[in-house]
Amino acid sequence: MSDGTAPVLEARGISKGFPGVLALDGVSFRLAAGEVHALVGENGAGKSTLIKVLTGVHQPDRGELRLHGGPVSFGTPLDAQRAGISTIYQEVNLVPQMSVAHNLLLGREPRGRLGVIDTGQLYTQARRVMSRYGIQTDVRRPLRSLGMGAQQMVALARAVSIDARVVIMDEPTSALEPREVDTLFGVIGDLRAGGISVVYVSHRLEELYRICDQVTVLRDGRVAHTGPLAGLERVKLIALMLGRDTADVRLRGQTEFAGRHTAKNGQPVVEARALSRRHQLHDVSIRVRPGEVVGLGGLLGAGRSETAKAIAGALPFDGGAVVVAGHALRKGSPAAAIRAGASLLPEDRKAEGIVPTMSVRDNIALAALPRLSRAGIVSEARVDRVVQTLMKRLRIKATSPHQKVSELSGGNQQKVLLARSLATGAKVLLLDEPTRGIDVGAKAEVQALIDELAAEGLGVLLISSDLEELVEGSDRVVVLRDGAVVGELSGDEVTEEAIMRAIADGGGVDG
Amino acid sequence: MSVAVEAPPATPAKGERASQIVQHHGALMVLAATVLVGAIAFDSFATPQNAANIAVSSSFVAIIAIGMTFVIISGGIDLSVGSSFVLAGVLAAYGSRYGVLAALLLPLAVCGLIGLVQGLIVARTGMAPFIVTLAGLLGMRGLMLAVSGEGANTYLVEDDAFAALGQASFLGLTVPVYITLGLFLLGAILLQRTGFGQSVYAIGGNEEAAALMGVPVARVKTLVYLVSGLLAGLAGALNAARLSSGVTILGVGLELDVIAAVVIGGTLLTGGAGGLTGTMAGVLLLGVIQSLINQVGTLTSSFQQVVSGAFLALVVVVQRVLHRAQRLS
Amino acid sequence: MAETAGTLPKPLGGRTRTLAWLQRYGVYASVLALLLFNVAFTPHFLEVANFRTQLIQVAPIVIVSLGMALVIGTEGIDLSVGSVMALSSAMVVLYLGYGAPVAIVAALVAGAAVGAGGGALVAYAGVQPIVATLALLVGIRGLANVLVPQLTEFRNPALITLGSRSVLGLPLVVIIAAVLTAVVAFLVKRTIFGRQLVAVGGNRAAAKLSGLPVRRILVAVYVLSGLLAAVAGVLATARLQASDPTSLGLLMELSAITAVVVGGTPLTGGRVRVLGTVMGALLIQLLQATLIKHNLPQSWTQMVQAVIILAAVYAARGRKK
Repeated sequence: MSDGTAPVLEARGISKGFPGVLALDGVSFRLAAGEVHALVGENGAGKSTLIKVLTGVHQPDRGELRLHGGPVSFGTPLDAQRAGISTIYQEVNLVPQMSVAHNLLLGREPRGRLGVIDTGQLYTQARRVMSRYGIQTDVRRPLRSLGMGAQQMVALARAVSIDARVVIMDEPTSALEPREVDTLFGVIGDLRAGGISVVYVSHRLEELYRICDQVTVLRDGRVAHTGPLAGLERVKLIALMLGRDTADVRLRGQTEFAGRHTAKNGQPVVEARALSRRHQLHDVSIRVRPGEVVGLGGLLGAGRSETAKAIAGALPFDGGAVVVAGHALRKGSPAAAIRAGASLLPEDRKAEGIVPTMSVRDNIALAALPRLSRAGIVSEARVDRVVQTLMKRLRIKATSPHQKVSELSGGNQQKVLLARSLATGAKVLLLDEPTRGIDVGAKAEVQALIDELAAEGLGVLLISSDLEELVEGSDRVVVLRDGAVVGELSGDEVTEEAIMRAIADGGGVDG
Repeated sequence: MSVAVEAPPATPAKGERASQIVQHHGALMVLAATVLVGAIAFDSFATPQNAANIAVSSSFVAIIAIGMTFVIISGGIDLSVGSSFVLAGVLAAYGSRYGVLAALLLPLAVCGLIGLVQGLIVARTGMAPFIVTLAGLLGMRGLMLAVSGEGANTYLVEDDAFAALGQASFLGLTVPVYITLGLFLLGAILLQRTGFGQSVYAIGGNEEAAALMGVPVARVKTLVYLVSGLLAGLAGALNAARLSSGVTILGVGLELDVIAAVVIGGTLLTGGAGGLTGTMAGVLLLGVIQSLINQVGTLTSSFQQVVSGAFLALVVVVQRVLHRAQRLS
Repeated sequence: MAETAGTLPKPLGGRTRTLAWLQRYGVYASVLALLLFNVAFTPHFLEVANFRTQLIQVAPIVIVSLGMALVIGTEGIDLSVGSVMALSSAMVVLYLGYGAPVAIVAALVAGAAVGAGGGALVAYAGVQPIVATLALLVGIRGLANVLVPQLTEFRNPALITLGSRSVLGLPLVVIIAAVLTAVVAFLVKRTIFGRQLVAVGGNRAAAKLSGLPVRRILVAVYVLSGLLAAVAGVLATARLQASDPTSLGLLMELSAITAVVVGGTPLTGGRVRVLGTVMGALLIQLLQATLIKHNLPQSWTQMVQAVIILAAVYAARGRKK
């Protein structure tokens, strides 16, 4: 339905760089009236940057935006919104404490006598709007008391009621119940019928195939593919997202991984049994033996990070158990997990990893302080020894151990965090995207390190969106989808194609 | 457009409704209970005279608390109101030499200006309101000392019309009580029924979202501190009229009493929720407790501080518990 | 994602660097400048008696500020310190009958208990530090007044010694402040607790993931702050040979916060500058003395203090960006 008609919104040759990285490199994107357009790509592909350019959060370095055929530029998100482009964020961008009605009509409240807000009219109007979206709710209730689905519907209703012509939805279903998803899709269908265009960002393939007409795949800041979604094979789509061609899987040897490790026999060093958490994990079971690298495969949002966090005691779970080196762990205690020997390298280095105000040395020693002190007093000599050894071994480049960690490059910060884990005497490392966002050289070094560590007998749980890294680095790969295990590959079965196949076909629970 | 899909459950959980009632009307309920207990325990408590006393003595804190409620709902705090109050008293007494208009306008202009400057700094530089108004507190205390010859001079109010503003009474209640009532009604309408008021809630609730929804964040924030400064100035001027002098030693720690009253009234210090009815209940509750302590006679008035401190702690803990309960439901 | 990938070291701009320098060393430069000014223009400034007076007066501020620096290091704030001074003073009077040591211990226990209460509110109930300690500020001052309703004088030889004696020419009060400074500096630099509290302030999520007992650390920090405020209260009481819960320690929280912030500890936590804090307290004291000595009214001190605190926070803010 998009052919022939002039696009509502068009991006032409957009480039956008940040210090150290080119997030978008000549990206073009066309959105036709009444079209639901899927925007997909793995982390770092440039999706969120493109959305931020379209909605005025970022200004492009090169290229132009055209709206209804004419060039536009948005200085602020408000400009974009006034031009008719609304965004529904993952985290609903409304005011949680205010009532549904006030959120819906903020800034456009109906006035009564003396210019004062007519509350009765406000509620009536709000009720009318909400019922159009199939939501029967008391519009006087604070927004936050509603379910996520209903909150998103309020955001959607607000966007549409301020004459949005383009609605951008960023992972709208990630926190929704299946029934709420159905309601949302019904509304999207109505929007389409009303000539409103939707940009739909999601990793749930079922959803894309259910409602999207067109798809644009971003990879490494470029458009990898754009075209109609119907007829595009599922495996093909995954291959496009992951930068793989199903027909032409490249030869081994692109990474620094040497090959298979020899897992020591005996007890697994970490065992997760039937971990469950509402909306996020369903009966996930994983075992890692000493000397083994187990990969966790799956698309973004499949529950990989949640699994690692649950094992590390950083995410409470509703059901299941975690056993590390024979000790059953108390739920939700990272300290207990570290004592038992499980250490997590978090995905978000900045928010959960480094302590920016402290030195490289203090960051490395942070989790191991109890081991490095006597009677509460830190033994500086022991810290120096450990830090020196680890900095040398991990080839951390800093002017001195006392340099502030925030002044290091991403790759070196990552190595500092790896050193922090090793300093605790970990028996198993839970590595969440250990090579994301670091330069090629550092990436190779980190990969070689993982190999070395496994060879020395550490267990490793490796999460990576880089399929090549996953295949070449792992002895076994457990594939997750929608928070459930949908496949387990070992030995020669571990191939990129097999992983993609498992993601595409796995019989997991639907959104 | 209609969707043939079942709507999600719309009835709020029982616990949630209860917690909302406690949140919104807790202070009012405790106030009612306290008054009831007082009336049963002391013969001289539930008299019109005592009620009038409580109203009169609470009215100054109430006026400041109205402004503070705006500030706190917007997610900020104003520590400078105590200093404003004192400074305004001195300025009003000084201004009364030139007539009632000068006595009113001088403190309003100075305190309003300082509120405006604080608001601009908070809104434009993004510095923490706590620090900016702390500097305001110190700066205005200094200014007050400078104006009053290092606190040595007490200015007498020299205009009878102005003194009448603080002292004249009608139906047993003095003028400041009526002014408080008027400001309360005006403030409540402003807060609940105008775009400005809704913007204040929106900014306190989620500043980023408010900006995206088209709220002029910087302007609203600036105005909120302006309002707070003006009201603190007005309260100080009226107090000077009541006492017939600008007293320089009052007002230390007044900002804390005001904040305590607002928080006890159910306004969240994290911003985005609360209201003036609760604030009024909070102010009156503290006034009633003070009165009860006076009734007991054997207790010193310091006891009131203990009670309000304990109350404040209790209220914030209860608010946290309610907040968590609402999150979970 | 794309943005976080760009964590390459960024060269500091000239202006940013100036602000950073100011935040770190501004307080030392200011103290030095004030000292030089006074040496040049203030008569009798270099006399020993004057230095003694200055140091005695600054000691309680230093002691309270040390605790405040620890709390601010965890991204918290403690408004209750002035009231804790009043409470500890009241406790001294109440328990003096059992002898000075008992009275002092009672005062210190009371201070630590108030700190534990505030810490529990912050760490376990999740109340914002500013609100939790505000409640304590109001309530504890009241409690102190209830316990000791009016200015109460006493004469106790042990307390006279504590408040007024000198050892090797240095007032005992000053020596105590110096020792406590050394202890807190040691705590911050050399103990697990010090490292951990800084980490809690620098990145709480990371601290939690690294297995740090975040809640216990927070409670301990507030207990220390209460304890130090109590020490300051005892010393002030001993010096005065009287307890005046109505006015003792009034607005002390503001002086302490100013000293800490001016000393280069950011309100956003993650760093504790012990020496800077002491310098911050000295700066306030010197400023006050200078203005008084030059017959400038007290009002100036407060206005100048307001400007200094704004400038200090502004410098810190410029650096963060």
